[in-house]
Amino acid sequence: MSGFAALVARDLRLVWRRPGDVAVVLAFFVVATTLFPLGIGPEANVLARIAAGVLWCAALFAALLSLDRLFAADFEDGTLDLLLLAPWPLELAALAKCCAHWIVTGMPLAALAPILGVAFGLDPSVLLALSVTLLVGTPTLSLIGGLAAALTLGARKSGALLALLALPLCVPTLIFGAGAVEALATGGDFGAHLAVLAALALVALATMPWAIAAALRQAGE
Amino acid sequence: MVTPLLEVADLACRRGGRRVFERLSFALGRGELLALVGRNGSGKTTLLRALALLVHPEAGTIGWQGVDVRAEPDAWRGRLAWLGHLEGLKADLTVAENLLAAERLRGAPQAEDRLDSALVAFDLSSLAARAVRTLSAGQRRRTALARVILAQAPLWLLDEPLNALDAPAQAAFRRALATHLASGGLAIAATHADLGLAGGRTLELGIPT
Repeated sequence: MSGFAALVARDLRLVWRRPGDVAVVLAFFVVATTLFPLGIGPEANVLARIAAGVLWCAALFAALLSLDRLFAADFEDGTLDLLLLAPWPLELAALAKCCAHWIVTGMPLAALAPILGVAFGLDPSVLLALSVTLLVGTPTLSLIGGLAAALTLGARKSGALLALLALPLCVPTLIFGAGAVEALATGGDFGAHLAVLAALALVALATMPWAIAAALRQAGE
Repeated sequence: MVTPLLEVADLACRRGGRRVFERLSFALGRGELLALVGRNGSGKTTLLRALALLVHPEAGTIGWQGVDVRAEPDAWRGRLAWLGHLEGLKADLTVAENLLAAERLRGAPQAEDRLDSALVAFDLSSLAARAVRTLSAGQRRRTALARVILAQAPLWLLDEPLNALDAPAQAAFRRALATHLASGGLAIAATHADLGLAGGRTLELGIPT
């Protein structure tokens, strides 16, 4: 087993041992999104109009909720030193950590979103599109959030700082993610929005692991 | 005279604007142990971290078989077994899972074959399936030391290896260290306690004024 696969497997095993951490994220997603129909009222047109933005914003906040422990746990128990000392690129380790985060956060959010979308009166085709955009867009959130988590290692009030760092960088993903769903619902070009979303994910994939690794090295000093 | 494998020359480190040590030079050959001693804050941990490339030295070189280790950092890290102040264990994994996960992170195959001997060395066989969160401080330290053995690395870097260990565990550590040195390995240990091995060298670090 390669070091990359071993690290992903270890983090997934840790989540399996403490499922409550993921359950809190998903529960937050459910509660946050269901509050909107309750607060705005049962007007179907209004709910359908805001659904994509609400679900995407809630997914973003939910993903951020779990990110402050992404490297902090390794930092606190000394396993970050073992990652820094592994005889393979730290950039790959950073990517592996973000992959594991996406598997336990991004994928469940993408699977859960269509179910919640029913409460907003979305059509089945739009529900599917919502799930697809989250599948394509949430890796970017994990990677950007990973950088914010690495930069805030050891900082006081790191959770708030992490959100302040990550949220502005996630704005393009949010715009094109919600925009893609909106485009499909209004007869616009869903494919173009999705392509931009995928491009953003590729840019994050090509840059973030290096930035995260640099931040982790700094934290290890 | 033992031919040196590890050669440190004129090493200097600065932490938080303070020079921790400077012009530090030593060499270590096969089967040699170097005990780092000195008061709190004298730079023992910083020196270990500098040797592991976790801290960038301000000046100086670290050579392995005549080659600067910074030229091939991944290869250098593959030659190290690390024990820090923190055990580097995941509380929700069992002892065996922690040891195997650490080895897999090192990219080492077939760690399962060597696991039993590492567990036996520190009397951990009966604890192998226990979650680390349920262990005492000494048992966690023994687990971390078992990880050092399992790595089969030529150079051990150990920060206070005897911390939290009872007398039988200290004896087990000394046996493991003696075996490692007898097989041609090297070890550098920061310690406040007597490592109890004859022939080991000592490097005393002072607090710079």
